[in-house]
Amino acid sequence: MTLPKFDPSEDPGPSFSGLMGRYPTDHGSIVADGYQQSDAVEITHGTTVVAARYQDGVIIAGDRRATSGNLISHRNMQKVFPADKWSGVAIAGAAGPALEMVKMFQLQLEHYEKVEGRPLSLEGKANQLSQMLRGHLPAAMQGLVVVPLFAGFDRRREVGRLFAYDVTGGRYEEEDYIASGSGSLFARTVIKLGHSDSNTKDEAIDLMIKALFTAADDDSATGGPDSMRGIYPIVASITSDGYAELEEDDIAARFERLLAEFTSRGSAK
Amino acid sequence: MNMPFYVAPEQLMKDRADFAQKGIARGRSVAAVECADGVVLCAENPSRNLRKVSEIYDRIAFAGVGRYNEYDQLRIAGIRHADIKGYTYSRDDVDPQALANQYAQMLGQIFTHETKPLEVEILVASIGFDTEGDRMFHIRYDGSVSDEDGFAVLGGQAESIRERLASSYNENLDFGSALQASVSALAGDDRTLGAEELEVAVLERADGGRCFRRLENDEISSLLS
Repeated sequence: MTLPKFDPSEDPGPSFSGLMGRYPTDHGSIVADGYQQSDAVEITHGTTVVAARYQDGVIIAGDRRATSGNLISHRNMQKVFPADKWSGVAIAGAAGPALEMVKMFQLQLEHYEKVEGRPLSLEGKANQLSQMLRGHLPAAMQGLVVVPLFAGFDRRREVGRLFAYDVTGGRYEEEDYIASGSGSLFARTVIKLGHSDSNTKDEAIDLMIKALFTAADDDSATGGPDSMRGIYPIVASITSDGYAELEEDDIAARFERLLAEFTSRGSAK
Repeated sequence: MNMPFYVAPEQLMKDRADFAQKGIARGRSVAAVECADGVVLCAENPSRNLRKVSEIYDRIAFAGVGRYNEYDQLRIAGIRHADIKGYTYSRDDVDPQALANQYAQMLGQIFTHETKPLEVEILVASIGFDTEGDRMFHIRYDGSVSDEDGFAVLGGQAESIRERLASSYNENLDFGSALQASVSALAGDDRTLGAEELEVAVLERADGGRCFRRLENDEISSLLS
């Protein structure tokens, strides 16, 4: 592997994907000409992810299940990732391309930060993800749909911000909460009922937990808390201090409290 | 047909080396010290924008002296090399030696084949999981590489700075005392350097993630006092 060297007119600047485009690799394209998605090939899918604002920033969370058709293919898939120190990305949709998109997105942000000596603005990061989704559109049309959520702390405006996307790369900034994936309808409803910008961190986390629990309760593709294997949804907060994932024990305890509450009310029947 | 003047290869190389050394000697120096907490990279640099020290990868830092535009290009090429390698294989596969070799190839090639050699000296420093694993490669304008042990000095007055640093260095220093040793070596006996004239970054010994961190003025001042 040699040192990449470019003429000034060919230089990709701080863009990692631009660099990879000018650098010969043996990676094949994910889009196959002339093929339609076949029913015989089951693609692994990730399911429900959510994010909401609260008083100090944003909370981003996602369940752990990946499905291939009616089968559970992975029980401990990670769908919530730090994008860089002050932002996070969560993915729903075709797992393979989604994970690749996250890896590329993380690198794109890190590469920019190192080359330029300063990080992209939050808006710049959100736009990068939008452009990556637009590039992915041909694969999405063949059935490999990826729909991420992006959340981060805007250090210039001192506020947490949320961005939802569609398959065409459409970028929609939301004021209060967002959800994506097969169980998002249920999760969104729960968040809608309990959401407030002035929620404390505890309230916001419990709301996310409740939303994911409800999604898992009604959507077979969303995984609930799995105390037998000790697998729980991933929940992270993003504030002026940066991205921080919650301890698994903390999440487990919150689920227990939620279950106890439901049981005592008799509403889990 | 005009015949070019014959120049002996020895003379040609010497002229090029003199030219490059003159360019490097005009700039200020950089000192890097391996210590118990990691690696401290300290440059005498009044500019907050034209950096001499920067991040290459999780555990690798870069320092350059001489002409800014030339070592900055090398810095960016290094980041690209490391990021492509980490993406293609794994983050664990990005190692400083391969990078140092690539730099050496590039500098050597330019020194012998191009009209003008690069007027730079660079350092590739990396931290291991303990002090045993720390490595520093010093690459000169002609592509010669040296593997530095404990500390390294780049730039015009490197010899005298190196002597001063050697007298105060030992491998059990913490960040604060390593920085103090570097700064007094850079300053010499008859002047002192304050935080505003220094650019300092560290590679902090951690188990994973990006270990490079720049120190702000107030942190530099408190470490120096």
